[in-house]
Amino acid sequence: MSTFDDRELLWLLAGVAALLLTATAVGQVLERVVATPSGRDTVDNINARVRAWWVMSFAFAIAVASGGVGSVVLFALISFLALREFVTLSPTGRVDHAALVWSFFLVIPLQYVLVGVQWYGFFSIMIPVYAFLFVTARLVLAGETERFLERAATIQWGLMTCVYCISYAPALLLLDIKGYEGENAKLLFFLVVVVQLSDVFQYIWGKLFGRHPIAPAISPNKTWEGFLGGIVCAVLLGTSLWWITPFNLWQAALMALAIALMGFVGGLVMSAVKRDRGVKDYGSLIEGHGGVLDRVDSLLFAAPLFFHLTRFFF
Amino acid sequence: MRWAAAPSEDRQRVFFGNHTSHLDFILIWASLPTRIRKRARPVAARDYWESGPIRRYLARKVFRAVLIDRGAPGDSAERDPRERGQEAIARMVEGLGREDSLIVFPEGTRGSGDEVGEFKSGLYYLWRERPDLELVPVHLANLNRVLPKGEFIPVPMISRVTFGPSLDWAAGETKEAFLERARRAVQRLEES
Repeated sequence: MSTFDDRELLWLLAGVAALLLTATAVGQVLERVVATPSGRDTVDNINARVRAWWVMSFAFAIAVASGGVGSVVLFALISFLALREFVTLSPTGRVDHAALVWSFFLVIPLQYVLVGVQWYGFFSIMIPVYAFLFVTARLVLAGETERFLERAATIQWGLMTCVYCISYAPALLLLDIKGYEGENAKLLFFLVVVVQLSDVFQYIWGKLFGRHPIAPAISPNKTWEGFLGGIVCAVLLGTSLWWITPFNLWQAALMALAIALMGFVGGLVMSAVKRDRGVKDYGSLIEGHGGVLDRVDSLLFAAPLFFHLTRFFF
Repeated sequence: MRWAAAPSEDRQRVFFGNHTSHLDFILIWASLPTRIRKRARPVAARDYWESGPIRRYLARKVFRAVLIDRGAPGDSAERDPRERGQEAIARMVEGLGREDSLIVFPEGTRGSGDEVGEFKSGLYYLWRERPDLELVPVHLANLNRVLPKGEFIPVPMISRVTFGPSLDWAAGETKEAFLERARRAVQRLEES
């Protein structure tokens, strides 16, 4: 079944367009109303984020609509850019060069080819086992023992988060679910929309009502108010999307809860890495958002868990 | 890429930067606005760029490089370094002509990327010859990690080019003081 024959997917894309139009309109209203200098900065940032959301939504819509290949290519590109940002911030040196070349130009393409050819058995172990071992072997051959474990672990961690975890999102397309054949693109849509809008909800709730920070040492912008409000909204959103999934109402609610919680943890962990490296953002590729890794950090933990929950129970 | 001050059109300039990678001048070149880029010529070592037809073609036709002799260990006995220096300055002045700009790396060789090394004196003599030039410091960050010395395949790391404010002419400044000031101007951009 071609994607555009799928009425539900067209409705979803229309829904995203409506949401973006609303966000743009709200941004324009805020632009007129807000006058304080700090408020202006926030409004400018919000409008920049909305503009970037248009671009990202288009890219995602094209990828999903093109079926398997488009999604695999899009997420491979995201992995490439994310690993680039991660490595730039990591204290890797000259002796690590060869291991990094292999990581970028062999491990990333191979992982996404495995997704593309739907070889689940190898896909799920290639990085945790073979890339894991290969990195240490290549570093040993480079012959430098200083900070050996730290350097190896840094590259391995980058591959696990930026490549392995992200690749679980397009891997949703290789699941076999009875009565849902050919519709897996909507699962990917479900994951990405819930995880990203959960971020947006948390941001809005935090901006409006945020008082009590959850982890002030890691991220001053994450508050209990934002967290709870955002999670509740994300669960409501996920539940309301049950009709595009193989889940019933309460299953969709629980899945959305799992996605939102993992998204929160992922964002927090990636923030901790940034604090460790002494930066605020991973990059500056996406206007208003920071780097690619700043945008997909919440996907890192959510994608594998959602994949395995779905694979196990459905 | 960041500019400290917007570049005015149609001035002859010397862009001088820290040298950490083969990609350095390509990156500076690519970062320049089109009109300035078309007139910017890298100054490079003749012995490297004239070995092999591909390098020669790139240097002559694509980059329009100004090739100078650097002191190869073998021939230093045969030729007086002073004389070679004067010849290099003459070639650079010739290369500038009436409307071109130059890209130079006064450290002379690729450094480790950690600190900007000492500058060779060519920049000083060149400016004395042509005080009308605008001297623009350029700092390249992270390129040594993209393509370290001795490697062939670059790793796609994020790097940064920073163009600083051009140097002021200081009358009566000694060679050493000038070179140190120029070096600092590049170093300072790293911290900004």
